[in-house]
Amino acid sequence: MTLVPFIPATPILAILVSLTAAPLIALSGKKPNLREFWTFLAALIKIALILSMADWILDGNTYSLEICKILPGLSIKLKVDAFGMLFALVASSLWIITSIYSIGYMRGLNVHAQTRYFAFFAIALSATIGVAFSGNLLTLYLFYEMLSLSTYPLVTHHQDQEARGGGRKYLTYLLGTSIGLALPAMLITYHITGSLEFSSLGVFGDTVSKPVLIGLLLMFLFGFAKAGLMPFHSWLPGAMVAPTPVSALLHAVAVVKVGVFSILRILTGIFGIDLLTGQNLNTWVCIIASFTVITSSLIALTQDNLKRRLAFSTIGQLACIILGAGLATKLGVTGSMLHIAMHGFGKITLFFCAGAIFVATGKRYISQMVGIGRQMPVTMAAFFIGSLSVIGLPPAGGLISKLLMVRGAMEADMVWVLVVYLISSLLNVAYFFPIVYKAFFCEKKEALFEKKFREAPLFCVLPLVITAFISIVLFFAPQLFSSFAWQMMNFK
Amino acid sequence: MIQNQLPILIITIPLFCAFFISLSMGRSKTGVYLLFITAMFGSFLASCMTLLQVVNSNSPIHYHLGGWQPPFGIELVIDHLSGMVLVLISTIALLTAVYSLHPVRKNFSGRVHHYYTLFCLLVSGLLGMTATGDVFNLYVLMEISALASYALLTSGELASSRGLAYFATFKYLIMGTIGASFYLLGIGYLYIKTGTLNMADLSGLLNSDMLLSSVTIKIGFILMIIGVWIKMAFFPLHGWLPNAYTYTSKTSSCLIAPLMTKVSVYIMIRLMFSIFSVQYVFHTLQYRQVVVWMACTAIIFGSISALSQRNLKRMLCYIVVAEIGYMVGGVWLANESGLTGAVYHIFADGMMTLCLFMAVGAVIFKTGRVSIYAMTNIFRKMPVTAVVFLVGGFSIIGIPPTCGFFSKWYLITGAIEGGQWLFVASLLFSSLVNCIIFFRIIEIGYFPTFDNGKKEKNDTKVKIAEAPLTMLVPMAITACSLIVIGLYTNEIISVLIRWTIPAGL
Repeated sequence: MTLVPFIPATPILAILVSLTAAPLIALSGKKPNLREFWTFLAALIKIALILSMADWILDGNTYSLEICKILPGLSIKLKVDAFGMLFALVASSLWIITSIYSIGYMRGLNVHAQTRYFAFFAIALSATIGVAFSGNLLTLYLFYEMLSLSTYPLVTHHQDQEARGGGRKYLTYLLGTSIGLALPAMLITYHITGSLEFSSLGVFGDTVSKPVLIGLLLMFLFGFAKAGLMPFHSWLPGAMVAPTPVSALLHAVAVVKVGVFSILRILTGIFGIDLLTGQNLNTWVCIIASFTVITSSLIALTQDNLKRRLAFSTIGQLACIILGAGLATKLGVTGSMLHIAMHGFGKITLFFCAGAIFVATGKRYISQMVGIGRQMPVTMAAFFIGSLSVIGLPPAGGLISKLLMVRGAMEADMVWVLVVYLISSLLNVAYFFPIVYKAFFCEKKEALFEKKFREAPLFCVLPLVITAFISIVLFFAPQLFSSFAWQMMNFK
Repeated sequence: MIQNQLPILIITIPLFCAFFISLSMGRSKTGVYLLFITAMFGSFLASCMTLLQVVNSNSPIHYHLGGWQPPFGIELVIDHLSGMVLVLISTIALLTAVYSLHPVRKNFSGRVHHYYTLFCLLVSGLLGMTATGDVFNLYVLMEISALASYALLTSGELASSRGLAYFATFKYLIMGTIGASFYLLGIGYLYIKTGTLNMADLSGLLNSDMLLSSVTIKIGFILMIIGVWIKMAFFPLHGWLPNAYTYTSKTSSCLIAPLMTKVSVYIMIRLMFSIFSVQYVFHTLQYRQVVVWMACTAIIFGSISALSQRNLKRMLCYIVVAEIGYMVGGVWLANESGLTGAVYHIFADGMMTLCLFMAVGAVIFKTGRVSIYAMTNIFRKMPVTAVVFLVGGFSIIGIPPTCGFFSKWYLITGAIEGGQWLFVASLLFSSLVNCIIFFRIIEIGYFPTFDNGKKEKNDTKVKIAEAPLTMLVPMAITACSLIVIGLYTNEIISVLIRWTIPAGL
């Protein structure tokens, strides 16, 4: 084994650092500045730890680490590979930006129980990185559940009746599917194959009959409901009752992407691409994902609440990612891995904007935002860039990943998927551009805002400028993330 | 050599302590408490050391009482399974003993020594049932523990429920006696046929060809199993349990709820595999499928009933009924994973139940209320208790890495291996219902009360009012142990449970 250029326990430390920060945050509740210092310290250490492994991973190495043998033949195991790295980088870098934004938003609105908020945020990040570095399905499940539970106090942060309803939906869907579908699927898989390790060849071999495989596939797809595949999607719009920074990081990036990440891991690591195409299972994935792509985009068109529209847009984009993986071609899977990053930066910008608008004006509904560009030009410009990235138009990063997925569709000879991507992008345009258009180019008498520059606090605006900027940077330098995706799929 | 006497010390320490406490006439409350704790600790130490001996030598310890050789004398047999259960009993007894200081003083100000005498008798009865290698001796000890538990259960929680406690316990007394009589009758049948009461001896004689087909033996087996099922409250024989455990005092329920049922499950396993054999129970008799279905019913019924309760303790009682279904079902799946899961679950569920009953007891102690609304504002008022309750709840739901996840893992695996899909479905259903049960309480604790859609003027200044330290420390230890047991599942299974799997399974 080649020598590891970093501390052997780095993946564990990367997970633990924010977990240790949580009690420190909780204890410094009386001193907000110290409390936020812990958050930033943890976030910076975390990203530094993750970056310290990046080069080595890019060289084509993977690093596994068995923490403890928990059952005879099964262990809690971490494994750092390029795909996990990509996801960990996205999550940890966005944590820093979101923390800045959280300060602006939470203090700007004077939200209660901020200490609890930052503490659980830190725990949720630990769980996210845990999922990214999971070495087998059991470990992934463990962190997946930890994430569901630790985000519950965040989703229900406002502690009002609406929050209670949203929280109920959140847990019902997430725990219900993970216990009801994913857990038995995992146990059946283990019973059949005796292994839950991720490997590119899959674990099933050729002996398992097709109906069983289809059953398991469906149980896994719907079992990880964080991915929001219809009909298990409605927790996501429900969870929009959360404070916006939570929606931004958790529901545009961490939570939902954990769902997609898990499904991608299962498709590529448990089933394996060859089995998916060999048994024609990928068609099933594509049909389910396509249905969600189109339906959710259509629903998004009808939403007037900005955050809800963004939520349905997220559901559609997540399904796009699964669709890319469902193509089961190298290009398609690479594209879908990359889209996790690209969509992450684009979507978080959009959520930040929605929050900034709320902080500055108190408006939640799109119909109330006519002419808002006159008052908040920076925010709305960022919104424009973010939507470009989500739609997949230049000059934003989303184009690169969508292009890859579309090429994957051609490679797989599935023209109808191509059409789905096309329709999806058109629908994205249809539900994003009117917002931007009305914000800047409305008639004078229509405008609900005066032409007076009044943005949200700096802490709110700065992060969204940063993420919008990164979205553009990613168009010109997609290799920041794509190199990991290529590495994972063994492209030189 | 004191080491050779360890098996009997496990039982006699609490037994003699019962006399001393009674003799003290309650002159010094602190003295009684200290003596009591010391005894529990001694028993705990002895059982741990015995288990260690068993594990080191990987062979069971046989202890002959008074030097009388079996099958004539009474024999204690401590193998991996009974050693494990002994440690479980003495651990729970010790933790509950520490926990009991304040609640017992508050509830039984003048009769502390009576209470502790009964406590000690119950514990020694349970320990004896587990350790003994003689079916009749088991009956005697079963009666000792049962009598002690009747007395303990009548000690009502609140003044309002004291009468109900008497009534509920009377019902339990009737049912428990019937159960014990069934068991005794079963022994009678076996004795008629074999002329022996020693388990090992019985096992040797029963497995001869002649007796396996005997109707007498079959009836004996059925009677004993039904007797044990009544004792463990296996649905539909559970009617006595919820009320008896609900109305009793905090410490009694902390001690009895996790232990009585688990020890009965242990006895069932002993009966099935140490006296009878895998071959006889699963192949000669054809009841396997029926029992698994009964277990499914127990799980589903228990879960749904728990969901419909508004009294915290009664809710936990129905969860216990459901968990009994887990274990009985696991054993009767008749495969290795199922039995592993069931034995592991004895251990895990004992701690889980203890954890929850302790947390709920602390809440009742501080608030004086028994309904689920006693949990209002719990996260701010009693943060430690709330966390303990959460961990216990997560374990019951089966969220990794708590031990409840791993017992479910094995039980479900066993059910999949055995093709018992109904059992898989029941286990998952029960997990989901448990999610609802516990998150409903978490909601009550976490959200302010809503009144007509408006946010009620929430008492913004909720002061922290935690339970005393003697209650918090055992609770915290129990909660931590749930996670520790979960993380050491591999060791527990490979060092202990692997050896309890009988041949032929």
